[in-house]
Amino acid sequence: MDGTEQRETAQAAPSVIDRYYTRWYRADMKGKPCEDHCVLQHSNRICVITLAETHPILQSGRTVKSINYQISNGCSRLNNKVSGKSKRGGQFLTDFAPLCRITCTDETEYTIYSCIRGRLLEVNEDILKRPALLLEKPSTEGYIAVILPKFEESKSITENLLSREEFEEVVSKRAAAQTQPS
Amino acid sequence: MLPLKDKDKPLVQKLLAAGCCARCVLRFCCVGLHAAYRHTSHDAAGPNSTEENSTSQDAAGAEASEDPPSKRMKLEQSVSEAQADGASRVCVCCLGILQQLSEHTQAVKVCVAVKAENYEFDSLVLSVSLPAQLCVREHSCWLHVKKEVREKCMTLDKDDVIQVKEAFKWIMQSLIAKELRGVSVVTKVREVGRLFYLANFIQSTACPDCFKPTKNKLSVFTRMAVVKALEKIPADKFLKHYPCPPPRPAGSCSFQDVQCLHVAVFVAGRYNKFCRSLPQTPWVIDGERRMESSVEELIAAPILSAFRADGFNFSSSGREDVDVRTLGNGRPFAMELLNPHRSRLSRAEMKQLQEAINKSSDKIRVRDLQIVTREATGRMKEGEEEKTKSYTALVWTQKPVQKDDIAFLDEIKELSIDQKTPLRVLHRRALAVRQRLVHSMSTRLLDPHHFYLSLKTQAGTYIKEFVHGDFGRTKPNLCELLKTDTDILELDVESVDVDWPPAIPE
Repeated sequence: MDGTEQRETAQAAPSVIDRYYTRWYRADMKGKPCEDHCVLQHSNRICVITLAETHPILQSGRTVKSINYQISNGCSRLNNKVSGKSKRGGQFLTDFAPLCRITCTDETEYTIYSCIRGRLLEVNEDILKRPALLLEKPSTEGYIAVILPKFEESKSITENLLSREEFEEVVSKRAAAQTQPS
Repeated sequence: MLPLKDKDKPLVQKLLAAGCCARCVLRFCCVGLHAAYRHTSHDAAGPNSTEENSTSQDAAGAEASEDPPSKRMKLEQSVSEAQADGASRVCVCCLGILQQLSEHTQAVKVCVAVKAENYEFDSLVLSVSLPAQLCVREHSCWLHVKKEVREKCMTLDKDDVIQVKEAFKWIMQSLIAKELRGVSVVTKVREVGRLFYLANFIQSTACPDCFKPTKNKLSVFTRMAVVKALEKIPADKFLKHYPCPPPRPAGSCSFQDVQCLHVAVFVAGRYNKFCRSLPQTPWVIDGERRMESSVEELIAAPILSAFRADGFNFSSSGREDVDVRTLGNGRPFAMELLNPHRSRLSRAEMKQLQEAINKSSDKIRVRDLQIVTREATGRMKEGEEEKTKSYTALVWTQKPVQKDDIAFLDEIKELSIDQKTPLRVLHRRALAVRQRLVHSMSTRLLDPHHFYLSLKTQAGTYIKEFVHGDFGRTKPNLCELLKTDTDILELDVESVDVDWPPAIPE
């Protein structure tokens, strides 16, 4: 095989996400400080919703007590069923549709939102079985949901989201604000 | 000798009086003898036709030979007499299709068109498309002589009347065969090695107003619609709207065009792909080509020109990604060549063609190139679902590993994995969980963060997802087995275990 040029170090190797996905962010979801969400957009327009590294759940040594996909009396994301190539039956989500509610052991509660418009394809049931996964691998195995935007909207959904650079700017501004003497 | 009898007489006279040509008369008399149509022209052929007689294929002529000759002669005379009057008139039933359009000159026109296309073929099937109006006229003629036909023979029905299309083919086929010399012309439509010929007739007379169903489209008077309507409408209603016998036409039908189409030829083989930036099919998004060329285009180009075909349909036993190489014996493929002007190549010529493809590019290679039947291509598709495939992947591990850390993978046999539809294809596939088997694996350490993983798996296994886990949606996956993040840097297909097409020794 012609692998000679591919031998890179652990840090330098572009991961699956680096190679096929674009990272988008929504910071301070619904005005709540630091409740940052990350949208991994595949080149085929499918989006994976995950917690951003800066989300409070992943800070201060928190652990997850429970995750609930029942967002209202009549609606559980676990009941989502899609069928066929066109994914019929998937619950349609808007930007601020709740996906799940996460309760940590310190009784703090967080709602994770869709961030984009589209059809819900699946929610991650592995984190129900093992909530620690959310903390260990928030960007991969600990993902929250997979959403398929409408074909016509596949480009426009990112209009309201921050690019990686923009997000990093927001984060660094926060850090700067915190170190400012009040 | 026209195979007509005394009991046909009233029928014959009524039709001739109505303005039918001799051949249409024969049709309504349910004469199934091909030769009768070939030797009767619209001009008075009566007594003259007796010489060019009996070498006919159809045994229906036996009927005629039972009657004494004197009876038959009389009939022919009455036919020719009647024809002498109306000889120059266009038949009210076939609108001239069985008259001047079934003559030698028309056959020559067709043959000229066929020869111009320069096909290689040894048999020809004639296909004719006639205007819908003929159905209406036919129906009218039938109603006109229904009584007489039934009197002749109680069991005869509209379906026993020979169709215009049939009679036309019986006549034209032998004329065309004579012109094309050495080509066998048949009526039955069969697949291999035949040439299809279509002649479209247009009508110069106006369409009847009366009946027509539903939609308001331009060509609502399709043949199907007309035939259906005629079946539905009761005779008395029909007769209210349409004259019986049909009216004398103002003009006659004329040729519209001749289309030639050769039946498809299938070429099969196995291909190798040595390039990591070549898609199997052209990669076009929004009209813009995203990647230069493709496997199918590289293979098709020399084949299309060798067979002088208009186009192709490429299919293979599975596919590989753009960045995956196909090594070993290669992947079976079959190419359907559309409208090939050449259909037979010798073994040596096929070898030459294979060489030409291999010389044309170093990105692909083709072997076992051969002509196959359409049925044989089914063997290829069964390979896609049932047969095993072998791969080699270059795996990266986050944590450093040693030979002993990965040796256990070599011992794992028949590992069952559950793969949810990978995210990278989920936009065009249904969401499902597929259970697949990894039959065996073997490892070769390259350095602390890289090793080669060879696998033999069930058809339909997504290798990339088995290695990196696809967000944990493939379970178990290599990350779990090795307890570290892993990624796949390169993938090669080593073998596609399908034993088709048959190998051709070099």
